[in-house]
Amino acid sequence: MAVLKKIFSKSNRLRLTKLPSGAFALDRDGHVIVSTLPQNFPEAQMREIGQRVLEFFRRAQTAQVPMQELNVYYPSLKLTARNLRGGAIIFLVPQSLPKN
Amino acid sequence: MGSDNNIARAKVLLVDDDQDFLEVYWEILKAIHNEPEVHTASTGARALALLESEPFNLLIVDLNMPKMDGLQVIAIARRKYPRLRIVVWTAIADEQFRARAYGMGVDQYWQKPSSEDDRKHFLESIETLLQNETQGGFRGVQSKSLVDLIQLECLSQNSTMFRISNGTLDGKIWIDTGEVVDAETGETKGEAAFRAILGWKAGNFELLPGDESRERTIFSSYHALLLEVAQALDEAGGGVTPLAPIDPDAPASPLMSLTRFSGVQWVLTVGAAPKFDVQSWGLESPDQVSDWTTASLKSFADLGDRLQAGPLQQMTAMSATNHVAFADSVKGELCVGFRSTLKSDEVRESMRNIIGKWLS
Repeated sequence: MAVLKKIFSKSNRLRLTKLPSGAFALDRDGHVIVSTLPQNFPEAQMREIGQRVLEFFRRAQTAQVPMQELNVYYPSLKLTARNLRGGAIIFLVPQSLPKN
Repeated sequence: MGSDNNIARAKVLLVDDDQDFLEVYWEILKAIHNEPEVHTASTGARALALLESEPFNLLIVDLNMPKMDGLQVIAIARRKYPRLRIVVWTAIADEQFRARAYGMGVDQYWQKPSSEDDRKHFLESIETLLQNETQGGFRGVQSKSLVDLIQLECLSQNSTMFRISNGTLDGKIWIDTGEVVDAETGETKGEAAFRAILGWKAGNFELLPGDESRERTIFSSYHALLLEVAQALDEAGGGVTPLAPIDPDAPASPLMSLTRFSGVQWVLTVGAAPKFDVQSWGLESPDQVSDWTTASLKSFADLGDRLQAGPLQQMTAMSATNHVAFADSVKGELCVGFRSTLKSDEVRESMRNIIGKWLS
């Protein structure tokens, strides 16, 4: 019994973090201007996502294929980004299993 | 020969910097009786990249385009693809441009249709041109063969000089008072040159004034010469030119099978490690697009790991002029450009099919 208690005690349980749901906007330098993401979602991670998105749009421009919208599909998350004159607005939508 | 099946495979490249015209005529041309495979390009450079990627039967090109204008495209296309039919469609009504375009060997010169009647005539002429294409022929006078043209000149007892070009090859045939007196192509002269020139299946010709002082090197009658050539062509099985391989030497892209899917404008693949070899179809700057593809796929695959959202499945990007989809697999990376008329779901669906084909 004591062993079970030890295993399932709150302190040893892995902390599950939910995938973020919401949107945030960045300026052309990658600074977060506004966000509707949960407050516990780290700003550093927001900036990291933003940098990757801005880099995508910049490289598209360099490759002479300028793009206005980006959709990235993962099994459990969809990321949609819109190019805003060098900055971007990014939507994160967790995906659920299709209902049958 | 010339069956509906052959005609249906005709490939048309439509070039115009006006995206609206491209979209409208892409739909219209696809629906004509011959049901050609229609591709579009909004710049001259992209048109040449497409021509380089695979053979086309017909190029329909606007004259007034930024960076590389239509005349530049025609000059290059005519030199590199002598068998390609070229039609100019333009808003320019200037006779000088019409003359220049015909001088460069275009088959037809059209002002952009402004009425329903114009449009109907334009489409009928394109249909006819694609039907005639099944029979090869020299441009200039209703696609007559060179044998017909020489016969006409000789029967008329004319003195004239034919200057004939077939890609990088040039030839000349002199006719004096209805008799073939001399011919020349490269280092070859006389009857051998005459036979060589008449062995060309298509090209351009000009009729220039004859040269009475030309030394005679051919003494056979034109009847005998033409009969001999006709027999040689028959024996070589060159009577009728099949439609599909416009230029037998043109390289066939290994990516061609991926371009048959709905709305595909260009395709790029980056091979798996360690070679990372890049192959592309219909792209102006494949190196830059391959860099973009590799960097983006890596960046968002990493992000998926960091967010614990699972492996990257697919990426699509949209703009007003075209859409792009990316995918990664054991075979390497795939990036496909689509027409902007496709909806996001259609791009994803088409990309899924393309990936299936690519991996099969």
